[in-house]
Amino acid sequence: MVRVVDTPPAPTPAPGTPKGRPGIAHVWIMVGQRLALGLLTLFVVSLLIFGATELLPGDFAEAVLGQAATPETVAAIRRELGLDQPAPVRYFDWLGGVLQGDFGRSLASGNRPVADMIGNRLGNTLFLAGYAAAMAVPLALILGILAALWRNSVFDRASNSAALGAISFPEFFVAYILIFLLAQSGYFPSMARVPAGADLGERLYRAFLPALTLTLVVTAHMMRMTRAAIINLLASPYIEMARLKGMSPMRVILRHALPNAIAPIANVVAINMAYLITGVVVVEVVFVYPGLGQLMVDSVARRDIPVVQAVALIFAAAYVLLNLAADVISTLSNPRLLYPR
Amino acid sequence: MAKPVLLEMRDVRIEGRSGDDAWLPIINGVDLTLHRGEVLGLIGESGAGKSTLGLAAMGFVRDGCRIAGGAITFDGIDLVRASEATRRGLRGKRIAYVAQSAAASFNPAHRLMEQYVEAPVVHGVMRRAQAEHDAVELYRRMQLPNPGEIGFRYPHQVSGGQLQRAMTAMAMACRPDLIVFDEPTTALDVTTQIEVLAAIRDIVAQFDTAAIYITHDLAVVAQMADRIKVLLRGDEVEEADTRMMLAHPKQDYTRTLWAVRSLERPERPPVEGTPVLSVAGVSASYGSVEVLSDVRFDIPPSRTVAVVGESGSGKSTVARVITGLLPPTAGEVRLEGQALPPDYRRRSRDELRRVQMIYQMADTALNPKLPLREQIGRPAQMYLGLRGRALRERVRELLRMIEMEPDVYIDRLPGELSGGQKQRVGIARALAAEPTVVICDEVTSALDQIVQEGILKLLDRLQGELGLAYMFITHDLATVRAIADEVVVMRQGRVVERGPKRQVFAPPHHPYTELLLSSVPEMDPDWLTGVLARRVTAPG
Repeated sequence: MVRVVDTPPAPTPAPGTPKGRPGIAHVWIMVGQRLALGLLTLFVVSLLIFGATELLPGDFAEAVLGQAATPETVAAIRRELGLDQPAPVRYFDWLGGVLQGDFGRSLASGNRPVADMIGNRLGNTLFLAGYAAAMAVPLALILGILAALWRNSVFDRASNSAALGAISFPEFFVAYILIFLLAQSGYFPSMARVPAGADLGERLYRAFLPALTLTLVVTAHMMRMTRAAIINLLASPYIEMARLKGMSPMRVILRHALPNAIAPIANVVAINMAYLITGVVVVEVVFVYPGLGQLMVDSVARRDIPVVQAVALIFAAAYVLLNLAADVISTLSNPRLLYPR
Repeated sequence: MAKPVLLEMRDVRIEGRSGDDAWLPIINGVDLTLHRGEVLGLIGESGAGKSTLGLAAMGFVRDGCRIAGGAITFDGIDLVRASEATRRGLRGKRIAYVAQSAAASFNPAHRLMEQYVEAPVVHGVMRRAQAEHDAVELYRRMQLPNPGEIGFRYPHQVSGGQLQRAMTAMAMACRPDLIVFDEPTTALDVTTQIEVLAAIRDIVAQFDTAAIYITHDLAVVAQMADRIKVLLRGDEVEEADTRMMLAHPKQDYTRTLWAVRSLERPERPPVEGTPVLSVAGVSASYGSVEVLSDVRFDIPPSRTVAVVGESGSGKSTVARVITGLLPPTAGEVRLEGQALPPDYRRRSRDELRRVQMIYQMADTALNPKLPLREQIGRPAQMYLGLRGRALRERVRELLRMIEMEPDVYIDRLPGELSGGQKQRVGIARALAAEPTVVICDEVTSALDQIVQEGILKLLDRLQGELGLAYMFITHDLATVRAIADEVVVMRQGRVVERGPKRQVFAPPHHPYTELLLSSVPEMDPDWLTGVLARRVTAPG
């Protein structure tokens, strides 16, 4: 029963100690592989988006000229912007630029660099997504854990119905209800556009209604998954063991069930966070919030392909990174993956 | 008994909610008295209510069950009427539990030490540092290797036998007055079981802890218990002191439990001619790890060859090589003298047909969505081309062979059958292909003794009728005694001994065979003490 205190620095740990290194290395290898795969995904996404925009009827020249389009003017604009080149040439021109960090220039907005147009909007989108997530994720986890603790109780049923109700209404409907309840009475502004240079408090105040709308939309999914992931484990022998050790129901859930439920919860949180970044255009429109979603829709309408491409890549990157984060968290939460035998 | 009463159960009735919300009885009014420091064995088949009664001694019922009546008094505390908080305060502190599968009952997310110190710290018995120190001491007493280090491992990094001892140590953490052991060695190999039994018996005696020891294995309970109580479908059959019970069981049911052990078929004379199946110098690897090394044995026609060994000895891997799931790195498998292609994908349909398997877990080996008609009919259709009326007749015939009435069972789903019936269906499915060799992989390990006996008799009868050759993989030497003609003993991927049953089971033994044989518990209550004493004094 002598405890090995001074293990000399050796490549292999002393027998009997958990072998930490291989597990952590395994995580780094996974991150590397997934990032490489992510780049491949982004490439495929850019191809698909470019192909899809090629399939749309009309191009930027026709869209911008509208009624005034004559064959001559259309051809002139096309030549000026290089739209008369064959599609593969245009694609690889664009790709070459991206690889050097140049996302090109917008066709529609007076030749502004795409990076400039997106930068500000990306910040707004991430701010709103982060704001909504900061409210929704803790709320969903707490409600889910409590619903699992008091399963089949009045609380469980009420929170379930409320969450399902919130998710069943279309987003714009929830948004208008909130405007009716909270903006009409003057508590919060219904227009979320933030003046330049506003401080954080001001931004939080102005963006509160869209963030609350999104919270209501995404909480149900995460909450129900948290509840289900925990309840799924409650029939495990180790949960019965914890109860037979005299542990309180709350401790059984938090200490014995939750650590084993982290993987599915992390995955559902990642999916919902990705949605908060990529899927909120309706909410942006209702609250006149200058985010990426609106920019994307406008650019599609105007056939402003460089902007569409850039935004699509950002959305795809958000999915790749969030899913990677979920997988890393799942691995870190699982000693069986972290410390091989 | 001079010692004071610790636990008193009077007319305890427990019910479980069935699918249609009716309450069905699980325990119908059982009395139980346990004195301080006394060990009571609870024995019976699965479904007898042993675990339910054991948990009730902790004032605990599983979800969907309820205590419908009776009194449970632990050291003057009425566990039925007490508040949940009171009961929680007792559990883990004064009444502890050791579960059947330690591997499943340790939380995979926490290190052993975390789980050990939880009860003492939460119940306020001792501080964490003290509890950790105490854990190392108990790990040492439970003869765990590296007692100072093992607590810092996660459950998946520790072997099953060690986990079971670590769990007993954990149960001891608060020095409880009573421990409920729920089949603590059922999932272990005999050689591991004997160590765990010895460790449990010692520590219970050292701390004068009372225990309820639940098992279906009579020979095990004979070593552990002062008294034995026999349960059958929620009723007490009888209770007596261990020696009295073993020597003079009063009830017929108890006698049938004893009788199973005596099932033994005499060895038949060897058969001349080509073996049905030859495993010729087979080596195999998983990746770079060699798991089989130069394995050789033959299976003669219409005979049973038992392959025995502990888990990890390579018995099931041999089956994977024979069936072509794992192509060997050296050597070959010959079926009636003809070499089989190593990979099952290269084997002809007829070669595949002639080697069939029956699996340990009939639950997972049968498709839960298929009625027996298709379950059994599929191989007959695929291998033998039976259709329509001929196929229907064949399925009915197969059901009759396994003693299941076709009119009743042909449209049932596996979920509607008992464990023993499912295993019979597994047998019928193998027979439907009309094989020459059947590989039985631990086919009785998951079954109660009485059901086991039925399956073994059925296999024996079918062998006589159909001239089948069996390869019988098992770790249970009683099963080997019951049905084998020849025995192959494996250890660490090698054959250490093989030959006719009589020869392998008679001295002189290979040392490993000796260890296996001497580790099988016997009915004699002094067996464990005797074996341990002999092992200590034996040279080497």
